[in-house]
Amino acid sequence: MTNLGFDVLFKGSNFIRLLLGVWVAVRISLISIVLSIILGMILGILMSLKNPVINAVSKVYLEIVRIMPQMVLLFVVYFGATKALGLNLSAETSAVIVFTFWGTAEMADLVRSSLISIPSIQYESSFSLGLSKVQTYIYVIVPQTMRRLIPLSINLITRMIKTTSLVMMIGIVEVLKVGQQIIEANRKASPNAAFGVYATVFILYFMVCWPISSLSKYLEKRWEN
Amino acid sequence: MSEVLKIDSLVKRYDDLSVLEKIDLTVKKGEVIVIVGPSGCGKSTLLRCINGLESIQDGKVVVDDEVVNPVQKKASKSREKIGMVFQSYDLFPHKNLLQNITLAPIKVQKRKKEEVKEEAIELLKRVGLENRTDSYPRQLSGGQKQRAAIVRALIMHPEILLLDEITAALDPEMVREVLDVVLNLAKEGHTMVIVTHEMAFAKAVADRVIFMDGGKIVEEGSPEEFFENPRTERLKRFLETFTY
Repeated sequence: MTNLGFDVLFKGSNFIRLLLGVWVAVRISLISIVLSIILGMILGILMSLKNPVINAVSKVYLEIVRIMPQMVLLFVVYFGATKALGLNLSAETSAVIVFTFWGTAEMADLVRSSLISIPSIQYESSFSLGLSKVQTYIYVIVPQTMRRLIPLSINLITRMIKTTSLVMMIGIVEVLKVGQQIIEANRKASPNAAFGVYATVFILYFMVCWPISSLSKYLEKRWEN
Repeated sequence: MSEVLKIDSLVKRYDDLSVLEKIDLTVKKGEVIVIVGPSGCGKSTLLRCINGLESIQDGKVVVDDEVVNPVQKKASKSREKIGMVFQSYDLFPHKNLLQNITLAPIKVQKRKKEEVKEEAIELLKRVGLENRTDSYPRQLSGGQKQRAAIVRALIMHPEILLLDEITAALDPEMVREVLDVVLNLAKEGHTMVIVTHEMAFAKAVADRVIFMDGGKIVEEGSPEEFFENPRTERLKRFLETFTY
């Protein structure tokens, strides 16, 4: 059998190192996701109120996030802010700031669009049954909003996890970087390591993201009604 | 007979556009009023003003001796007395039929779950939906949804029921099943204000028919005189559009 380069994984603690690299990626994305969900919900609700000032500010914010590649944002915050503003941000803090900045914008837009997609007649038929404003939100509007929001936000979450592979560009040793280090270190001994290591990285990403996206599929099916 | 609904020189405007001009209307207990008129004449807006979904610029609406518009602080309390069914049924899509119907009595009127459930099934039986309690709205036909929406309003025991073009969005063969339900409600003595385009139905169900045009009540009368001997030229022309 040709050597596919999987053997390097069993040398020393290589495989454990890869798993620790996954944990770095997951940790950064988890913190960013939690912050993005909280901030995005608040901003999304504010945006659905149609206040002209909030709308103008959030429009600019959303455009910036859409236009700027995440990598540029990472460089701006990590290299730019450290020098220009004299802030001593660690690479991981910079990564969390950038991912939260991005996630909040997308989350807010999802919350806003889910909220305004509930037809106004749903509010009216609830009011005309005698439900108060608060009851209408609790029993009628929020459950319907969540059903639209959750599959969409899970998609965002998997995208954020995948995109953490960029943070190695600011020196964070996450799973992809660990993989590169292993390949470099074994260049002579196992020249085929690249295939084995990157395939393993692929499988590790898959194992993190697949359960999340199956959850979204499951919820979508369950909530078809 | 006591008055259930009293509308007193109601005025409704959107900015400069006048939608309803000085509407006066009194509905007695057990009376069935049918409102007809060309689209845009303000008949649906009038219904929405009666249960306080629209603000009004002048006059007032009194239901069961309580002012409901201009909207009071405890608006949701007085809305219990007014049932409304809309053209597009508007059941809650995330709840099954039984949950749709029992939500308001349990949460608003704080009635016991078991008792409400029993009544819901009783009412569903009367509209032929007793075996669809677990179905979700999207699994039902338009006619079934509309019958369920009527039950959802009825279970609150409203003093008055407002029906806003409830058959306008239905396939022709489903119109009948919904109108039969309404006809039965009328026989049982429910007070109703009905907006419809079904003239034959209006004739059959109404105690009094009202013709609205341009935000005003142009003519009103018993169904016989209304359809056989319209007094105004405008109503004559309107009724002619229904005959080929």
